[in-house]
Amino acid sequence: MDSLSVEHLVGIKDLTKKDIELIFKTADAFKEVINRPIKKVPSLRDITIANLFFENSTRTRLSFELAEKRMSADIVNFSAASSSVKKGETLIDTVNNILSMKVDMVVMRHPNPGAAKFLSERVDAKVVNAGDGTHEHPTQALLDSYSVRERLGSVEGKKVVIVGDIIHSRVALSNIYCLQKLGAEVMVCGPTTLIPKYIHELGVKVEYDLKKALEWCDVANMLRIQLERQDIKYFPSLREYSMQYGLTKEMLDNLPKEIVIMHPCPINRGVEITSDVADSEQAIILDQVENGVAVRMAVIYLLASKIKR
Amino acid sequence: MERQVILNSKHFELTINRLCYQLIEIHNDFSNTVLIGLQPRGINVLTRIKERLESILGKEVVCGNLDITFYRDDFRRRDIPLIPSATNIDFVIENKKVILMDDVLYTGRTIRSGLDALLAFGRPEQVELLALVDRRFRRDLPIQADYVGKTVDTLISERVSVEWKEIEGEDRVVLFTPDSNG
Repeated sequence: MDSLSVEHLVGIKDLTKKDIELIFKTADAFKEVINRPIKKVPSLRDITIANLFFENSTRTRLSFELAEKRMSADIVNFSAASSSVKKGETLIDTVNNILSMKVDMVVMRHPNPGAAKFLSERVDAKVVNAGDGTHEHPTQALLDSYSVRERLGSVEGKKVVIVGDIIHSRVALSNIYCLQKLGAEVMVCGPTTLIPKYIHELGVKVEYDLKKALEWCDVANMLRIQLERQDIKYFPSLREYSMQYGLTKEMLDNLPKEIVIMHPCPINRGVEITSDVADSEQAIILDQVENGVAVRMAVIYLLASKIKR
Repeated sequence: MERQVILNSKHFELTINRLCYQLIEIHNDFSNTVLIGLQPRGINVLTRIKERLESILGKEVVCGNLDITFYRDDFRRRDIPLIPSATNIDFVIENKKVILMDDVLYTGRTIRSGLDALLAFGRPEQVELLALVDRRFRRDLPIQADYVGKTVDTLISERVSVEWKEIEGEDRVVLFTPDSNG
């Protein structure tokens, strides 16, 4: 039988296609578990996990927490706002202090790209990247591809367009790696200023016209405009962005085929996507959230199986 | 490795038949009884018993598959992780009589995990165990089967394998004994 080729989940870039398929197969079993009346299994009852969130998060943090609890792991939570980081402690010191309390695994979100890799090379625990700045958000990409696989049967050969703030999005980069490894064709779409200059080197198509992009694709993944990361103006106003790149029901109804709509959340209703699209049958946004727990359970389970006593 | 067939296809069929009649003797028309096979190889036992039971009784018997991977006690003590199979129990086991099925009963640890896994689905009235092969005197835990196809006495170094017509091409039980020189 198989095991993951990596010791930590830092990014999708390090995973093989086989790794991703193994995670999905394991997630299938966990999805059945979380739909039982008793949604808990004892697999990780001797594992302690620290959730370190140096950046705000609702969904990802809750999702990781539920995933850990449903496998009976002990967990400790930490957020930068109420910690000694503010007192000038370094990341390594903070984490090593936590690990001295016998923690086996660290789930970390951090505003700096590369923070997860940095940590994984320096501490004696399994590291799961829950988003590192504008770099990667591997579990989000895994759950996105898992949701596409669930809705359309497979990811291979499907055409996926990622729309919006590509330059600031870790979800976009992880999704590009993940979808390509699984054999999908990927396109990015957004205003010129929000598309990285050399993105074609990743082998993705670039389209600036949302209508053309929608006609091409089977799946559209709509991203949020990350105003908190934008220190300069990339477009005149949100209203103008919305008129050019906002997805409406009318646009969907005028397409020759039915496409699947995804969104990593949080949604800014009326900006990148209108309410009637977000709540339509074509949107699998809430399925993504449900699958997030199963996929994260699978990732943690497979990494935990590499911890030897 | 020396191979010894301890149950050939003719006796295999007789054994399955006998087990079915034993089950009927206790559970009558199976109106309050469900069969649950333990993944992966217990499912073969379940499928065969279900087929035979249904043809004798002339009615459908409620069945499910149970995966015990997440309940095992040897997680992380192995070199390779255990990959789960599907669990498929789409009925309520509350107040039902449950018959767990597996191919080989050896240390009893699988059954221990199976009981744990089963209780996550509710509180059955009674749980019984059917094992096609019982490797006697090799238990790590105080667990015994209620219905046994064939009892064998084995050494720890030996291996018992149940083979199926659908998978290996022939119904039989084989005992593998390592050569004495290694």
